[in-house]
Amino acid sequence: MDAYTIVFYVLAAMTVISAAIVAFTNKIIYAAFALLFTLFGFATLYIYLSADFIAVSQVLIYVGGILILILFGVMLTTKIYDVSVKSERNPILPALIAGIGTSIVIGFVIFRTPWNAVVDKEFTTIAPDIGNAIMGKFLLPFEVASILLLAALIGSVLLARSEENE
Amino acid sequence: MITLNTYLVISGIVFVLGLVTIINKKNAIGILMGVELILNSVNLNFVAFGRYVDFDIKGQIIAIFVIILAAAEAAVALAIVLNIYRNKQLIDVTKIDAMKN
Repeated sequence: MDAYTIVFYVLAAMTVISAAIVAFTNKIIYAAFALLFTLFGFATLYIYLSADFIAVSQVLIYVGGILILILFGVMLTTKIYDVSVKSERNPILPALIAGIGTSIVIGFVIFRTPWNAVVDKEFTTIAPDIGNAIMGKFLLPFEVASILLLAALIGSVLLARSEENE
Repeated sequence: MITLNTYLVISGIVFVLGLVTIINKKNAIGILMGVELILNSVNLNFVAFGRYVDFDIKGQIIAIFVIILAAAEAAVALAIVLNIYRNKQLIDVTKIDAMKN
């Protein structure tokens, strides 16, 4: 087992364990910071899949944008300085049943399907390829996504604005 | 040995953890974190299939669009949560039932 593989499994374990902390911790601020490690772990897994542009986008958008939004949400809505306050939870039993059932289904799908996978072939992508594809074959989804982002921007500003001086 | 199945197992575990988070938490922001976990695991699946099966960049482009949609979803959902908290001073999704009757 070479260093490449060892580092991969360390990063995968970090991703999965911090995702488990997100799922099972009682304090919402711990969950937010564990989500940081999960998102970084996914970025490193994208690098292992030679998808470097996706990895950089992941760090920029998820860690720099969505996680900051979530932290703002946590700090604006809960009293995080009050240590005794724990986030309430539903009963654990339905969640466990749903989780175990879904894992069984996913496990069957993963291990019983002949995936026809390429194993030992070099795969390199560069960012200009992705740019050409978006500007060529995938131009319509790109434009639709930009309209959706504009609508989401206007909608969230409208929802979150202060209504005191009407 | 890192194969396609390794990535699929990691992504499956994170998907199940996200599902458990969504069902188990009462805090609306905790539920949002579960949604982010699920979207990330699906993204990892897309990129892994694009690397090992399709052998093209289509999977990565779909992953980019999923990231765009996740950003829009998080912005709108947090705006809604902050608005509910400002009006009702609570964030527990089981107690927000103003439209029930």
